[in-house]
Amino acid sequence: MNKHLLSIDDLSAGDIEQLFTTAAEMHDVQRREVKKLPALRGRTVINLFFEDSTRTRSSFEIAGKWLSADVINLSAKGSSASKGESLRDTVLTVTAMGVDGLVVRHGASGAAEQISRWIDVPVINAGDGTHEHPTQALLDSYTLTRKLGSLEGKHVAIVGDLTHSRVFRSNVKCLAKLGATVTVVAPPTLMPAGVGDWSKTAGFATSYDLDAVLPSADAVMMLRVQRERMSGGFFPTAREYTVGYGLTRDRLAVLKPGTPILHPGPMNRGLEISADAADALDSVVLDQVSAGVAVRMSVLYHLLAGEETK
Amino acid sequence: MTASTLIKGATLPDGTTTDVLVQDGVIAELGAVKATADRTIDADGLRLLPGLVDLHTHLREPGREDAETVLTGSRAAAVGGFTAVLAMANTSPVTDTAEAAERVYDLGRAAGLVDVQPVGAVTKGLAGEELAELGLMARSRAKVRVFSDDGKCVHDPRVMRRALEYVKAFGGVVSQHSQDPSLAGPTACCHEGELSGQLGLPGWPGVAEEVIVARDVMLARHTGSRVHVAHVSTAGSVEVVRWAKAQGIAVTAEVTPHHLLLTTDLLTGYDPTFKVNPPLRPDEDVRALREALADGTIDAVATDHAPHARHDKEHAFVDAAFGMLGLETALPVITTVMVENGLLDWAGVARTMSVNPARIAGLDDVHGRPVAVGEPANLTLVDPAAKVVVDRAASVSLSRNNPWHDRKLTGRVVATLLRGTPTVLEGALA
Repeated sequence: MNKHLLSIDDLSAGDIEQLFTTAAEMHDVQRREVKKLPALRGRTVINLFFEDSTRTRSSFEIAGKWLSADVINLSAKGSSASKGESLRDTVLTVTAMGVDGLVVRHGASGAAEQISRWIDVPVINAGDGTHEHPTQALLDSYTLTRKLGSLEGKHVAIVGDLTHSRVFRSNVKCLAKLGATVTVVAPPTLMPAGVGDWSKTAGFATSYDLDAVLPSADAVMMLRVQRERMSGGFFPTAREYTVGYGLTRDRLAVLKPGTPILHPGPMNRGLEISADAADALDSVVLDQVSAGVAVRMSVLYHLLAGEETK
Repeated sequence: MTASTLIKGATLPDGTTTDVLVQDGVIAELGAVKATADRTIDADGLRLLPGLVDLHTHLREPGREDAETVLTGSRAAAVGGFTAVLAMANTSPVTDTAEAAERVYDLGRAAGLVDVQPVGAVTKGLAGEELAELGLMARSRAKVRVFSDDGKCVHDPRVMRRALEYVKAFGGVVSQHSQDPSLAGPTACCHEGELSGQLGLPGWPGVAEEVIVARDVMLARHTGSRVHVAHVSTAGSVEVVRWAKAQGIAVTAEVTPHHLLLTTDLLTGYDPTFKVNPPLRPDEDVRALREALADGTIDAVATDHAPHARHDKEHAFVDAAFGMLGLETALPVITTVMVENGLLDWAGVARTMSVNPARIAGLDDVHGRPVAVGEPANLTLVDPAAKVVVDRAASVSLSRNNPWHDRKLTGRVVATLLRGTPTVLEGALA
């Protein structure tokens, strides 16, 4: 496995399977009364968050703590440029304290990759701008494999604000590595630039028509749509978005029975996902959250535990 | 009286070979020179060009003397074979008054390595709202003729129209940084296309440049004035300029060496060394730019030399400073891209790197002159066959944001003469 987890590109299909096997063991730990494993005892992990996050940061924090690592949360909100300090200076300062791993969230695409070039310790990307969020994709696929078994040949629809979504960018890669067929659905204004060429080389499909895609879907992943996108002219009104691209009650009826519904959260109920869908029997939103801890434990374990402790 | 120099056996842009005796700052004799001189340069196999002229540099002084000064930028220019450079106005304070322009001019004369010609801001503080004192800058000792808000686009069509009209009184030209700010805002940092989509970087679509170029050529036609398109980067802009020239509109255009060779795929690793404005474009654009420079649609090569302190490039990609070094590598890049590929001969290099830029800048009384008796001895001697691997540590610039590091290029500046005085000999500062 690569030293860092910056992008799904860092992982082979075999790596992903290995991560999932370990995650399943970690998942069992969550149900124990005493949850701590000694694997990362004596190691220090810093959650270096340049951007606000509650769920991802907590998930990594719990994952580290259950592996007995010392986990420090450092919020470095606001661009370092505005403080007169370069990103490199900030990162070198933090790592000079003596850390064994950095979990990095940054509002700028590529920040985790840049940081990995400046320091020696493993870097885990906890979301970089609109680029990638690899552990989110891993937990999504892990959740799906627990529901559907192998993803080989399964059809997954990813729906929503693709342009601004790091979840989409990691998922489209991760699902492809696991053999799934992916269709991404959005209005043209929320499709990433150049998606036509990209989808051809990467082997996923694109569609503007959610109703045409849903009947053949084996899983549906809804992405958050920020209301402020309306002011950017990406779509006219929330109502129009919901009619075109929301997972409404009517659309639920079109899905094959047992089709898992995913959402990375936080959900905009009534916009991209109706309450009926969010709370449906097939909604796996909370399974995703629980899987998130297990998958992040697995990632921390594989990247940070020395060979002697494995 | 300055020391005399005899350049032996140089090949001129037209291919003829001659000795050149330089005395008292001018070319004193051509042909087989019998006289001796204080210094002799063996120019066997070397090309002698009129001194190179750069329409577009950032020398950072005043304001960011940690990144470059007029002196260190002049050194980089001389090493690159330049005898005149235009220093852009986006310093701190901005060059938007006669006093500010004269200060840059004087710093250039004090450095004495190239003629530093200040560019005046089009609008006060580059804010795009009110005209700067264009006339006072033109009347100043610096005799400003080129005006630009470079780094920012004069995007208000009313302001651009007035600027174009106003500079007619003193033969000025507006050099436009063409970037519609609502199509490509301040965070736009990657050519909008498949790669920006994959990398999740804010896109800078070619059309944001093209709509301004199209608007400006129509304004130039309407006002009967002259517009210069700075750092053209797309095939679409080239089409517009080609069309405008065919209509007889007074438009000129420049292209940077980096837009002629480097492509957007270099951004894959998010290395801010390759972050520049306008951004690196795909192959199709690069090919169109080369053809346009070869066929004269694009008049000039201009470096957009943009030094930055290391820490200003060590931010996350979208936060890092725009720009790259260019003065020292321009000639080798043009040799590699245009001459080696048969797109330009050496007369073409002289035209696009000296004659045309000197004419556009209004410096053609002294620069971009033919190699002829009585002409000012602003000269650049080039080894057209030398292979050079660029080493950023070897630069005489204060900055190291060098996108050419480790790249093998053909062509090397051997000597530069400013009014007869060598500023560079054997490839190093004299």
